[in-house]
Amino acid sequence: MTSSRSDILVVGAGPAGLAAAVTAAETGCQVTLVDDNPHVGGQVWRAERETLPPRAAQWYARARQAKVHMVGGATVVYAPSPHELFAHSVDGAKKFQCEKLILATGAHERFLPFPGWTLPGVVGVGGLQALVKGGLPVVGKRVALVGTGPLLLAVGAFLMQRGAHVLCIAEQARRTRVLAFGASLAWHPRKLREAVKLKRATRPIPRQYSTWPLAIRARSQSLEIDLTRKPESAAAVTKTLECDLIGCGFGVVPDTVLARALGCDLNGEAVRVNDHQQTSIANVYCAGESNGIGGADLALVEGEVAALRACGQTIGRDLQKRLDRGRSFAQGLNDTYQLRDELRHLGQEDTIVCRCEDVPLEHLHPYGSFRDAKLKTRCGMGACQGRVCGGALAFLRGWAPDSVRPPYAPIPMEDFARMCADATT
Amino acid sequence: MDSRRAIVVGAGIVGAACARELARAGYSVTVLDSRPPGCGTTAAGMGHVVIMDDSPAQFALTKLSRELWDQLDLPDYGERETRGTLWVAADSEEMDAVRSKHRAYSDQGVDAEILDEHQLAEAEPNLRPGLAGALRVAGDSVVYPPTVVEWLLNDANCDVQQVDVTEIDDNIVTANDGTTLTADVVVNAAGNYALGLLTEPLDIHVIPRKGHLVISERSAGFCNHQLIELGYLKTAHGNHGETNSESVAFNLQPRATGQMLLGSSRQFGKVDSVVDPGVLAKMVNRAMEYMPGIAKLQAVRTWTGFRGATRDNLPIIGPHPTQPHLYIACGHEGLGITTALGTARLIKQFVLKEEPDIDPAPYASARS
Ligand SMILES: Cc1cc2nc3c(=O)[nH]c(=O)nc-3n(C[C@H](O)[C@H](O)[C@H](O)COP(=O)(O)OP(=O)(O)OC[C@H]3O[C@@H](n4cnc5c(N)ncnc54)[C@H](O)[C@@H]3O)c2cc1C
Ligand SMILES: Cc1cc2nc3c(=O)[nH]c(=O)nc-3n(C[C@H](O)[C@H](O)[C@H](O)COP(=O)(O)OP(=O)(O)OC[C@H]3O[C@@H](n4cnc5c(N)ncnc54)[C@H](O)[C@@H]3O)c2cc1C
Repeated sequence: MTSSRSDILVVGAGPAGLAAAVTAAETGCQVTLVDDNPHVGGQVWRAERETLPPRAAQWYARARQAKVHMVGGATVVYAPSPHELFAHSVDGAKKFQCEKLILATGAHERFLPFPGWTLPGVVGVGGLQALVKGGLPVVGKRVALVGTGPLLLAVGAFLMQRGAHVLCIAEQARRTRVLAFGASLAWHPRKLREAVKLKRATRPIPRQYSTWPLAIRARSQSLEIDLTRKPESAAAVTKTLECDLIGCGFGVVPDTVLARALGCDLNGEAVRVNDHQQTSIANVYCAGESNGIGGADLALVEGEVAALRACGQTIGRDLQKRLDRGRSFAQGLNDTYQLRDELRHLGQEDTIVCRCEDVPLEHLHPYGSFRDAKLKTRCGMGACQGRVCGGALAFLRGWAPDSVRPPYAPIPMEDFARMCADATT
Repeated sequence: MDSRRAIVVGAGIVGAACARELARAGYSVTVLDSRPPGCGTTAAGMGHVVIMDDSPAQFALTKLSRELWDQLDLPDYGERETRGTLWVAADSEEMDAVRSKHRAYSDQGVDAEILDEHQLAEAEPNLRPGLAGALRVAGDSVVYPPTVVEWLLNDANCDVQQVDVTEIDDNIVTANDGTTLTADVVVNAAGNYALGLLTEPLDIHVIPRKGHLVISERSAGFCNHQLIELGYLKTAHGNHGETNSESVAFNLQPRATGQMLLGSSRQFGKVDSVVDPGVLAKMVNRAMEYMPGIAKLQAVRTWTGFRGATRDNLPIIGPHPTQPHLYIACGHEGLGITTALGTARLIKQFVLKEEPDIDPAPYASARS
């Protein structure tokens, strides 16, 4: 087992983690940055054939300059304490020791169960983008994007660029709310520019508001999706589209596994932090989407703030202002794209909610908590340990996730035993 | 005529089994638990239904219980599978123990057969070569305790209420909101908390004994029996209540899901449920010594649970010494899944003043 010691360990090399690592290293701290992906960049900047977008490349260059020790392809699977963490990687187990820990574990897509959501060809929007980046050909493919939020537009633009025929973007939020949010972007010029660019890029794609999927069916060579549109004060209209691929994106869920394992308090679905990104556990900070959904810009700022605090520095007025603005933008974003109640009732009795263990919704009826349902139905007991169904059930039932236990991702027994034997806690 | 009323405190497997016996005897039964049913120690156990011969009393209770499990008409979701137990002997000394165990089982009419080195290797190809042999007890089985609890309670058609009980005084049960409930009969099956609820304490104590388990991803066919190293019997004793007494033994259980459940450890003096890495390392390493292929199985999750242990390792089953309406059923240590059914049968026989199926004296609440 390799072992390394640093002043600061950052878990997650997305925007938040990169900014945190760079900021801490530039103040003179010894920093290790670990991510389960072989490449830095996180969700949004994940290297596309190993080329980073310019903004990411800048941060990456700074990280190298400041001698951040970057460890890719290593998943943190056990944290007996905030000062001692173990990761699993293709070249064996790794041990990290640190004085302070910054969690920047990001978020993962939220899936909602509705008839047909588990059919082949139906994927998360983020997952779809990753598949295409990874080589899935989409030229001439008919794609429907359903769900909510700006990610649908970003992925729509990307797919068009790759030659896909994007049939529609079905946005569940109301048009008036989205427009009002758009207008509020005047206060966030950078976001406004991004939004205008996205809007232009996706102009050829028909966009429907107050629209959501009811069911997907498999046909011999294609998929068929029923979309319903329910404008305020008018009857719902349902139409059916034929397509080859469907991307679903009902927002993202903060990844709090590591934070919960360490005992950090949550605030709803996200890690609870104070004004300085400190969690409820001493020496543990959290930045980026694991402490609330707010996009890459806010993640960057939070990363800087967390790093400065972890290094015992003060937060300058300018940075504080950027943090406040970022948070107000995030608030608007979350309010605008809040999932509507109707989406709670899309699943039928036999719709699968837990894919690892094939648990249909009807099995969950008698239970009042995640733990109870899990023990009696196996929901959330599989390899993903509730990462996928947890996001759905938090929305459908308001259920908090069950406790986290090591290993946080499946690993061979021998590696797990080695880590345990090496733990000093 | 109104039927007689019973209250069972605790909806673990012991309470659920007692509720069903009393319901079948005509009682109208209310079950109280501060949590949803089957979420206590019952949710942590391996669910091995096994005959053990630590003592004659343990043998009698596990044997009776296994017969009752065989009579139960469990639905599929109870995940019951009768694969048999292999008590694995590492060397010739342990093989002697296998032979005497075989005699003991045969004398009591329990089917058991001795496997030599080759038969063992054939039965379990993933065990390391060179082990001396094993005792196969074909009638032992495995169940999934939480859903069994659910089924027992449904089958009993009893009233289950989420109530945090603070005190049991003979047939008066007090909840944390100050309300009281009374019945003709009260069964205290509150697991590790049972004795703390009594207004008239007992001389005997139940001490929590921490155990660790690891479950793997599905790997059906990796092993075919419940595997236990013979040395388990030694570790299961341990020094009662001694802080930091700690032991591990190889114990592997194939689940109906195709997953492998790996145990087991025993520690006194631990009260938090956190996974203890040192113990876990020893436990997994011990298992890999016996079955090297375990190294490559994917571990999905670990957890811990607390077995309620008495000094003599026997449960407490029977009437309270001074409170005539109150019956106690707790302290089942590492065998409560198995012995829940025998326990419930004895409790019913006490309540109805029937001839007991086995001599209940060794489990009396008036011991220390
Ligand atoms: C497809 C897509 C497109 C997007 N486009 C935009 C956009 O155009 N503009 C915008 O503002 N936002 C966009 N977003 C949102 C953006 O991704 C997030 O706001 C941003 O990535 C959050 O940064 P982060 O650092 O918090 O998390 P992430 O970028 O998610 O990074 C977290 C990292 O931590 C790693 N990790 C987690 N747990 C562990 C562990 N236990 N061990 C090791 N590593 C771990 C993850 O693999 C990941 O690499 C997009 C999101 C997606 C999915
Ligand atoms: C690691 C491990 C492995 C095991 N493996 C096996 C095995 O393979 N085979 C086997 O036979 N046994 C096994 N056991 C033992 C078995 O799990 C226990 O003996 C059995 O579950 C005890 O059941 P119980 O109903 O007495 O306790 P519990 O399941 O703990 O039930 C007691 C109930 O009482 C409730 N309660 C407590 N206090 C109050 C209160 N004040 N008010 C209201 N309700 C209250 C609790 O919430 C709980 O639900 C194992 C145990 C462990 C820990």
